[in-house]
Amino acid sequence: MNSRKYLVLLGVSVFAPTGDSLLSYGMKQVGNVSLSHPAELLLAIANPWVGLGIVLLLGFFASYMTALSWADLTFVLPASSLGYVLLAVIARFILHEQVSVTRWLGIALVSSGVGFVTSGPELTKRWPHRHKRAEPVATEVSR
Amino acid sequence: MEHALAVLQLKGLHGIRHLSNLHAWLAIFAVVITSSCGDMLLARAMKQIGDLGEMRRRRGLVFVALLALRNKYFLLGVGCMTLSFYSLLYGLSWNNVSLIGPAAASLTFVANAIGAKFFLHEKVDHRRWTAALLVGAGVILMAL
Repeated sequence: MNSRKYLVLLGVSVFAPTGDSLLSYGMKQVGNVSLSHPAELLLAIANPWVGLGIVLLLGFFASYMTALSWADLTFVLPASSLGYVLLAVIARFILHEQVSVTRWLGIALVSSGVGFVTSGPELTKRWPHRHKRAEPVATEVSR
Repeated sequence: MEHALAVLQLKGLHGIRHLSNLHAWLAIFAVVITSSCGDMLLARAMKQIGDLGEMRRRRGLVFVALLALRNKYFLLGVGCMTLSFYSLLYGLSWNNVSLIGPAAASLTFVANAIGAKFFLHEKVDHRRWTAALLVGAGVILMAL
Protein backbone atom coordinates (compact mmCIF):
# COMPACT_ATOMS: atom_id res chain seq x y z
CA MET A 1 0.00 0.00 0.00
CA ASN A 2 1.42 3.39 -0.99
CA SER A 3 0.37 6.90 0.18
CA ARG A 4 -1.91 7.41 -2.86
CA LYS A 5 -3.91 4.33 -1.92
CA TYR A 6 -4.22 5.47 1.70
CA LEU A 7 -5.46 8.85 0.39
CA VAL A 8 -8.13 7.12 -1.72
CA LEU A 9 -9.30 5.11 1.33
CA LEU A 10 -9.39 8.35 3.35
CA GLY A 11 -11.60 9.89 0.62
CA VAL A 12 -14.02 6.93 0.91
CA SER A 13 -13.99 7.29 4.73
CA VAL A 14 -14.63 11.04 4.82
CA PHE A 15 -17.10 11.55 1.95
CA ALA A 16 -19.56 8.76 2.90
CA PRO A 17 -20.44 9.75 6.51
CA THR A 18 -20.45 13.51 5.76
CA GLY A 19 -22.69 12.95 2.74
CA ASP A 20 -25.05 10.73 4.77
CA SER A 21 -25.24 13.33 7.56
CA LEU A 22 -26.14 16.09 5.10
CA LEU A 23 -28.79 13.86 3.52
CA SER A 24 -30.23 13.19 6.97
CA TYR A 25 -30.33 16.92 7.77
CA GLY A 26 -32.04 17.66 4.46
CA MET A 27 -34.57 14.84 4.82
CA LYS A 28 -35.58 16.15 8.26
CA GLN A 29 -36.56 19.39 6.47
CA VAL A 30 -38.40 17.51 3.69
CA GLY A 31 -40.44 15.45 6.18
CA ASN A 32 -41.90 11.92 6.07
CA VAL A 33 -42.25 10.45 2.57
CA SER A 34 -45.17 8.09 1.97
CA LEU A 35 -44.82 4.98 -0.23
CA SER A 36 -48.04 6.06 -2.01
CA HIS A 37 -46.30 9.27 -3.21
CA PRO A 38 -42.87 8.09 -4.46
CA ALA A 39 -42.45 11.28 -6.55
CA GLU A 40 -41.77 13.14 -3.27
CA LEU A 41 -38.48 11.23 -3.05
CA LEU A 42 -37.42 12.56 -6.46
CA LEU A 43 -38.37 16.11 -5.45
CA ALA A 44 -36.31 15.79 -2.24
CA ILE A 45 -33.17 16.29 -4.39
CA ALA A 46 -34.20 19.97 -4.77
CA ASN A 47 -33.42 20.53 -1.06
CA PRO A 48 -29.95 22.22 -0.89
CA TRP A 49 -28.71 19.99 1.95
CA VAL A 50 -29.79 16.86 0.08
CA GLY A 51 -28.09 18.32 -3.05
CA LEU A 52 -24.84 19.00 -1.17
CA GLY A 53 -25.05 15.50 0.35
CA ILE A 54 -25.35 14.06 -3.18
CA VAL A 55 -22.25 16.02 -4.33
CA LEU A 56 -20.23 14.55 -1.43
CA LEU A 57 -21.61 11.08 -2.17
CA LEU A 58 -20.41 11.48 -5.78
CA GLY A 59 -16.94 12.16 -4.33
CA PHE A 60 -17.35 9.00 -2.26
CA PHE A 61 -18.40 7.05 -5.36
CA ALA A 62 -15.32 8.17 -7.34
CA SER A 63 -12.92 7.23 -4.50
CA TYR A 64 -14.78 3.97 -3.88
CA MET A 65 -14.56 2.93 -7.56
CA THR A 66 -10.84 3.76 -7.58
CA ALA A 67 -10.27 1.68 -4.43
CA LEU A 68 -12.24 -1.26 -5.86
CA SER A 69 -10.10 -1.19 -9.00
CA TRP A 70 -6.99 -2.24 -7.04
CA ALA A 71 -8.38 -3.93 -3.91
CA ASP A 72 -10.93 -6.59 -2.91
CA LEU A 73 -14.39 -5.59 -1.72
CA THR A 74 -13.76 -7.36 1.61
CA PHE A 75 -10.65 -5.18 2.04
CA VAL A 76 -12.12 -1.83 0.96
CA LEU A 77 -15.29 -1.95 3.09
CA PRO A 78 -13.71 -2.49 6.54
CA ALA A 79 -10.66 -0.34 5.68
CA SER A 80 -12.86 2.61 4.73
CA SER A 81 -15.04 2.43 7.85
CA LEU A 82 -12.66 4.77 9.71
CA GLY A 83 -15.18 7.48 8.77
CA TYR A 84 -17.40 6.41 11.67
CA VAL A 85 -14.47 6.91 14.04
CA LEU A 86 -13.75 10.29 12.43
CA LEU A 87 -17.37 11.39 12.96
CA ALA A 88 -17.25 10.47 16.67
CA VAL A 89 -13.91 12.28 17.14
CA ILE A 90 -15.31 15.42 15.42
CA ALA A 91 -18.45 15.17 17.58
CA ARG A 92 -16.35 14.96 20.78
CA PHE A 93 -13.52 17.42 20.15
CA ILE A 94 -14.96 19.97 17.70
CA LEU A 95 -18.70 19.94 18.42
CA HIS A 96 -18.07 19.20 22.14
CA GLU A 97 -20.79 16.52 22.21
CA GLN A 98 -20.87 13.84 24.91
CA VAL A 99 -19.53 10.53 23.55
CA SER A 100 -20.63 7.57 25.71
CA VAL A 101 -18.44 4.66 26.87
CA THR A 102 -20.34 2.27 24.54
CA ARG A 103 -19.56 4.56 21.62
CA TRP A 104 -15.83 4.64 22.49
CA LEU A 105 -15.97 0.83 22.73
CA GLY A 106 -17.55 0.77 19.26
CA ILE A 107 -14.77 3.05 18.00
CA ALA A 108 -12.17 0.67 19.45
CA LEU A 109 -13.81 -2.31 17.70
CA VAL A 110 -14.01 -0.50 14.34
CA SER A 111 -10.37 0.63 14.64
CA SER A 112 -9.17 -2.88 15.45
CA GLY A 113 -11.20 -4.25 12.50
CA VAL A 114 -9.52 -1.69 10.22
CA GLY A 115 -6.10 -2.58 11.68
CA PHE A 116 -6.77 -6.31 11.09
CA VAL A 117 -7.74 -5.95 7.44
CA THR A 118 -5.14 -3.35 6.38
CA SER A 119 -2.31 -5.49 7.74
CA GLY A 120 -3.18 -8.18 5.16
CA PRO A 121 -2.99 -8.25 1.35
CA GLU A 122 -5.46 -5.94 -0.44
CA LEU A 123 -6.11 -8.13 -3.50
CA THR A 124 -6.84 -11.80 -4.15
CA LYS A 125 -4.39 -12.73 -6.93
CA ARG A 126 -6.92 -14.07 -9.37
CA TRP A 127 -7.25 -11.58 -12.28
CA PRO A 128 -4.23 -12.24 -14.47
CA HIS A 129 -5.94 -11.15 -17.73
CA ARG A 130 -7.56 -7.93 -16.55
CA HIS A 131 -5.13 -5.57 -18.34
CA LYS A 132 -5.29 -7.74 -21.45
CA ARG A 133 -9.10 -7.41 -21.34
CA ALA A 134 -9.01 -3.68 -20.85
CA GLU A 135 -6.61 -2.93 -23.67
CA PRO A 136 -8.81 -3.85 -26.71
CA VAL A 137 -11.63 -1.68 -25.31
CA ALA A 138 -9.07 1.07 -24.71
CA THR A 139 -8.01 1.06 -28.38
CA GLU A 140 -11.64 1.11 -29.50
CA VAL A 141 -12.58 4.08 -27.32
CA SER A 142 -9.51 6.14 -28.24
CA ARG A 143 -10.36 6.04 -31.94
CA MET B 1 -61.80 11.65 31.21
CA GLU B 2 -58.40 13.34 31.32
CA HIS B 3 -56.80 10.01 32.19
CA ALA B 4 -58.53 8.32 29.23
CA LEU B 5 -57.32 11.08 26.88
CA ALA B 6 -53.76 10.74 28.20
CA VAL B 7 -53.89 6.95 27.64
CA LEU B 8 -55.18 7.47 24.08
CA GLN B 9 -52.45 10.02 23.40
CA LEU B 10 -49.78 7.62 24.71
CA LYS B 11 -51.19 4.78 22.57
CA GLY B 12 -51.14 7.13 19.57
CA LEU B 13 -47.51 8.08 20.20
CA HIS B 14 -46.58 4.42 20.66
CA GLY B 15 -48.36 3.59 17.36
CA ILE B 16 -46.51 6.36 15.48
CA ARG B 17 -43.14 5.17 16.89
CA HIS B 18 -43.99 1.56 15.97
CA LEU B 19 -44.94 2.61 12.40
CA SER B 20 -41.79 4.72 12.11
CA ASN B 21 -39.61 1.75 13.20
CA LEU B 22 -41.42 -0.58 10.79
CA HIS B 23 -40.76 1.76 7.86
CA ALA B 24 -37.16 2.28 9.01
CA TRP B 25 -36.42 -1.48 9.17
CA LEU B 26 -38.11 -2.02 5.81
CA ALA B 27 -35.78 0.64 4.38
CA ILE B 28 -32.72 -0.89 6.16
CA PHE B 29 -33.55 -4.31 4.66
CA ALA B 30 -33.89 -2.74 1.18
CA VAL B 31 -30.60 -0.81 1.60
CA VAL B 32 -28.71 -3.97 2.68
CA ILE B 33 -29.98 -6.05 -0.28
CA THR B 34 -29.54 -3.37 -2.97
CA SER B 35 -26.20 -1.99 -1.74
CA SER B 36 -24.68 -5.49 -1.33
CA CYS B 37 -25.72 -6.39 -4.90
CA GLY B 38 -24.44 -2.99 -6.09
CA ASP B 39 -21.11 -3.38 -4.25
CA MET B 40 -20.52 -6.83 -5.73
CA LEU B 41 -21.43 -5.76 -9.28
CA LEU B 42 -19.23 -2.64 -9.05
CA ALA B 43 -16.32 -4.63 -7.57
CA ARG B 44 -16.59 -7.09 -10.47
CA ALA B 45 -16.70 -4.24 -13.01
CA MET B 46 -13.65 -2.52 -11.53
CA LYS B 47 -11.62 -5.75 -11.50
CA GLN B 48 -12.39 -6.17 -15.21
CA ILE B 49 -11.39 -2.59 -16.03
CA GLY B 50 -8.15 -2.39 -13.99
CA ASP B 51 -6.44 0.29 -11.85
CA LEU B 52 -8.50 3.45 -12.44
CA GLY B 53 -5.90 5.85 -10.97
CA GLU B 54 -3.14 4.55 -13.21
CA MET B 55 -5.40 4.54 -16.28
CA ARG B 56 -6.59 8.10 -15.57
CA ARG B 57 -2.99 9.31 -15.46
CA ARG B 58 -2.12 7.57 -18.73
CA ARG B 59 -5.32 8.21 -20.74
CA GLY B 60 -7.34 10.91 -18.95
CA LEU B 61 -10.61 11.09 -17.03
CA VAL B 62 -12.95 10.99 -20.06
CA PHE B 63 -11.39 7.76 -21.25
CA VAL B 64 -11.83 6.14 -17.83
CA ALA B 65 -15.47 7.34 -17.63
CA LEU B 66 -16.22 5.92 -21.10
CA LEU B 67 -14.55 2.64 -20.19
CA ALA B 68 -16.71 2.33 -17.06
CA LEU B 69 -19.91 3.29 -18.89
CA ARG B 70 -19.33 0.49 -21.43
CA ASN B 71 -19.19 -2.15 -18.70
CA LYS B 72 -22.54 -3.90 -18.06
CA TYR B 73 -21.66 -4.82 -14.46
CA PHE B 74 -20.91 -1.16 -13.77
CA LEU B 75 -24.28 -0.04 -15.17
CA LEU B 76 -26.15 -2.74 -13.22
CA GLY B 77 -24.18 -1.80 -10.09
CA VAL B 78 -25.06 1.88 -10.47
CA GLY B 79 -28.74 0.85 -10.90
CA CYS B 80 -28.61 -1.10 -7.61
CA MET B 81 -26.84 1.81 -5.87
CA THR B 82 -29.55 4.20 -7.09
CA LEU B 83 -32.20 1.93 -5.58
CA SER B 84 -30.13 1.77 -2.38
CA PHE B 85 -29.87 5.58 -2.32
CA TYR B 86 -33.64 6.05 -2.60
CA SER B 87 -34.25 3.34 0.04
CA LEU B 88 -31.86 5.27 2.32
CA LEU B 89 -33.70 8.55 1.65
CA TYR B 90 -37.00 6.78 2.40
CA GLY B 91 -35.60 5.39 5.66
CA LEU B 92 -34.16 8.78 6.67
CA SER B 93 -37.56 10.37 6.19
CA TRP B 94 -38.93 8.00 8.88
CA ASN B 95 -36.11 7.65 11.40
CA ASN B 96 -32.71 9.05 12.51
CA VAL B 97 -29.44 8.56 10.69
CA SER B 98 -28.03 7.17 13.96
CA LEU B 99 -30.28 4.10 13.52
CA ILE B 100 -30.47 3.77 9.72
CA GLY B 101 -26.76 4.43 8.95
CA PRO B 102 -25.07 2.02 11.37
CA ALA B 103 -27.73 -0.73 11.11
CA ALA B 104 -27.57 -0.74 7.31
CA ALA B 105 -23.76 -0.45 7.25
CA SER B 106 -23.09 -3.25 9.76
CA LEU B 107 -25.49 -5.68 8.06
CA THR B 108 -24.02 -4.74 4.66
CA PHE B 109 -20.50 -5.61 5.93
CA VAL B 110 -21.56 -9.15 6.76
CA ALA B 111 -23.71 -9.56 3.60
CA ASN B 112 -20.78 -8.36 1.47
CA ALA B 113 -18.30 -10.72 3.13
CA ILE B 114 -20.62 -13.66 2.33
CA GLY B 115 -21.33 -12.36 -1.20
CA ALA B 116 -17.64 -11.66 -1.94
CA LYS B 117 -16.70 -15.20 -0.93
CA PHE B 118 -19.37 -16.97 -2.98
CA PHE B 119 -19.98 -14.64 -5.95
CA LEU B 120 -16.68 -12.78 -6.40
CA HIS B 121 -14.60 -15.76 -5.19
CA GLU B 122 -12.42 -13.45 -3.08
CA LYS B 123 -10.12 -15.07 -0.55
CA VAL B 124 -12.04 -14.14 2.61
CA ASP B 125 -9.61 -15.49 5.21
CA HIS B 126 -10.00 -15.39 9.03
CA ARG B 127 -8.45 -11.91 9.05
CA ARG B 128 -11.18 -10.48 6.79
CA TRP B 129 -14.02 -12.32 8.56
CA THR B 130 -12.76 -10.99 11.89
CA ALA B 131 -12.48 -7.47 10.45
CA ALA B 132 -16.04 -7.58 9.00
CA LEU B 133 -17.48 -8.85 12.31
CA LEU B 134 -15.45 -6.38 14.44
CA VAL B 135 -16.46 -3.42 12.27
CA GLY B 136 -20.11 -4.59 12.16
CA ALA B 137 -20.24 -4.96 15.97
CA GLY B 138 -18.39 -1.66 16.45
CA VAL B 139 -20.84 0.20 14.23
CA ILE B 140 -23.80 -1.21 16.24
CA LEU B 141 -22.16 -0.15 19.54
CA MET B 142 -21.57 3.33 18.17
CA ALA B 143 -25.27 3.65 17.37
CA LEU B 144 -26.40 2.72 20.93
